Amino acid sequence: MLFNFPYIAVVLLILIGLATVIYKRNLIKIVIGITLIESGVNLFLITLAYRKDSIAPIFHGFTASKDNVPFMSLPVPHALTLTSIVIGVAVLALMLTFIIHLYRHYNTLDARKIGREEE
Amino acid sequence: MSGMSKIVKTMTSVAFPLAMIYGLYIIAHGHLTPGGGFQGGAVVASACAMILVSFGSVWTVRKIKEKNLSVLESLGAIGFIGLGFFGLIFGSHFFKNILVGSKNIPIFNEIGQGMSNINTAGFIPLMNFAVGLKVIAGLFAIVLVMAYATRLKEGK
Amino acid sequence: MNISDIVFHSPALIVAIPLLGAFLTPLVAKINDKLRNIFAILIALITSVLVAILANDVFSNGIRTYVFGGGEPLVNNSYAIRILFEVDGMNAFMAIIASILTVVAIIYSWTFLKNHTGQDKYYTLILLMIAGMFGMILTGDMFNFFVFLEITSIASCALIAFYTNKGKAIDAGFKYIVISSIGALFILFAIGILYSQYNALNMAVLANSISFSFLDKIALALLISGLAMKAGIVPMHMWLPDAYGRAPSSVTLLLVGATQASLYGIFRITLSIFGKAFNTTGTVLKSATLTGDELIMVSSYPNVISIGWILIILAILTMIIGVLMALKQSNLKRLIAFAALAEIGYMLLGIGVRFASKYSEIVKMNNQEYIQIGFHGYDISALTGSIFHIINDALDIGLLFLVAGAIYIATKETSLNKLGGLARNMKYTTVFFIIGLIAVSGLPPMNGFASKLIIYESTFQLNPIIGIIAILASILLLAVFVKVLHSAFLGPKIPNLKDVKEVPKSMLFAMGIIACIIIIFGLFPNIVIDNIIQPAVNAITNHEAYIRGVFNGI
Repeated sequence: MLFNFPYIAVVLLILIGLATVIYKRNLIKIVIGITLIESGVNLFLITLAYRKDSIAPIFHGFTASKDNVPFMSLPVPHALTLTSIVIGVAVLALMLTFIIHLYRHYNTLDARKIGREEE
Repeated sequence: MSGMSKIVKTMTSVAFPLAMIYGLYIIAHGHLTPGGGFQGGAVVASACAMILVSFGSVWTVRKIKEKNLSVLESLGAIGFIGLGFFGLIFGSHFFKNILVGSKNIPIFNEIGQGMSNINTAGFIPLMNFAVGLKVIAGLFAIVLVMAYATRLKEGK
Repeated sequence: MNISDIVFHSPALIVAIPLLGAFLTPLVAKINDKLRNIFAILIALITSVLVAILANDVFSNGIRTYVFGGGEPLVNNSYAIRILFEVDGMNAFMAIIASILTVVAIIYSWTFLKNHTGQDKYYTLILLMIAGMFGMILTGDMFNFFVFLEITSIASCALIAFYTNKGKAIDAGFKYIVISSIGALFILFAIGILYSQYNALNMAVLANSISFSFLDKIALALLISGLAMKAGIVPMHMWLPDAYGRAPSSVTLLLVGATQASLYGIFRITLSIFGKAFNTTGTVLKSATLTGDELIMVSSYPNVISIGWILIILAILTMIIGVLMALKQSNLKRLIAFAALAEIGYMLLGIGVRFASKYSEIVKMNNQEYIQIGFHGYDISALTGSIFHIINDALDIGLLFLVAGAIYIATKETSLNKLGGLARNMKYTTVFFIIGLIAVSGLPPMNGFASKLIIYESTFQLNPIIGIIAILASILLLAVFVKVLHSAFLGPKIPNLKDVKEVPKSMLFAMGIIACIIIIFGLFPNIVIDNIIQPAVNAITNHEAYIRGVFNGI
């Protein structure tokens, strides 16, 4: 049961993030909700890489005897997570720039008052 | 935004080179230790953001024009794709690592000995430099333009 | 460098050349403005020539694989750790559509944006979006598909908000990036689930070893939901009228291409990756229980009929909502955007009909009872109609959006209440609009008739109500566009629109290219179906050949 805690945290993060995006009206809170979902998915990818009693996947310069080679965790999900974090940074920068522009036009951050068709 | 007091400016001038060297170390040893292009670039960009906060955005925009940052960013990206095309022209496939384990380019055999030999990774340190340059210029430009666009006007 | 070398390297060059061009454009634009325009069209033309060469080779010779970084696709005949591009008939077909839309969009935007600032960033982002679209279409690796999907959505979102002086365009971009980012995160979650089970990110290796366990069902549901968010299927369609209606017209043309690339993702995942799990055809023995009654083995094949009917219901809802909302709009581009939403429903109908047409009946052979599982015959023609409709819809809706952009350039008005009597001064634009009107409503002799007739015939055989709703949607689209024709082009002249002139020559040339292709496809549909569409349908339903492209020799 102890090793299932990261998966429970993943599900909680994604559900709280989705609830924030759907139910909140302030634009900045919607952006925070998207960041929560992205953190949950990154945590899921990292948790998949762990095996019992494994170390980080870095070569330490040990000799080539095959007996005391320590067991490494999988390195592929680490690369996937890194790519996902970079994409998240780019999307976050884009959304915050849009919020700066929107505030200058409408002088409010309420999602129900901006972008109406009849103006 | 306007700058901070004189004590903060002095300490930032002392701390900025240390942070930049730490970030460049992470970029340069990306093929041996944890790190690489994006991680080191993010550290250097946060050091540049420290300069932006303590000296004020108006002063920084006057000293570092945004056009120069755009040219640096394009050079980093062209370097990355160009290294991919090198594999196509001189070897067989796109993105092929033609420098690893080869002895035909003389300088890569003598830099570092043992485990930190650049020859063990081939193109990967060069791609780390290109990506690091692009990330530094890109993230610094984002933070600079955001800070300059939201500055308060005089007397408001 | 001879021709066979270029054909061998072309899947990588098709993605790498627009990427290099996108990063070189800010440096080239500092020298001269005309040089930047010529550079952009040169990159687009080189990419189109490469696509034509690759498509010609794939249609005649079979699947072509390209491994990034050299070497074989499989290491030790079991580990697939290299990223590879795998091009079969369906990939080549989508690449042809993307290359036509690219060339037309760049030619159109020479004079469409003549007096705007920020053109340097516009051309950079267009080339980046094109590189992302081609990468999404040609790849054979799941995580690579996700990365190119995010590149396309970020670049297209920045292009939607191009008119930064109006608040409405920026709001459309914000809605697009929120929904697109949530959809992409769902796709990443599903890729993580599939990787943890089978230790492979390669599409062919996943197709070989997938079994329809409980976690795979969750992954399939998340993948279809994420891709449906990107494609604009009801109930995740709220970004589509805003984003299509408030963006510049040449950007909308490429956005239609990006939407169809997401729809191609649904085709590839349900028909090729999960094909082995869905396609159990043949005979299965009925098993007996302990009490002597004979029960059917229910867990030996997955229940794809319900998946098919869910897709059919979503497609019908998309068609109905799109057409009914288009009847009451008064903004011209928003009306065409709702018509585009209705057309997406036609494309989804083909997959739904194919899955819903699976039957199982009991046959008696050798004194034992077997269950015969198979598909009815009309599912292949439903897939043919849907895939043919992809290219028809891109051309028709694209032509209508270009005409709307031309009206905006000439009159600076977007509302239908203030337009009228434009046919006297803008003759060529009126002719192009009439061609687009006939094509969208599915009337002969344009290309809409050919694909829609195949869809009507095949869906009618599954259930007559589906065919009737499809025909009704086409008739309502005809009514909507005749109303637009009458109120914008015919009728008396309006006083303050007295001296509108015809739009410049490059925009007319771009619209003329699409109109010529529409007429040629409409007059000779059998040549198109035999040479381009039929290889694509054969490639997408033949998941064995897709697997053998990587595992050759095993």
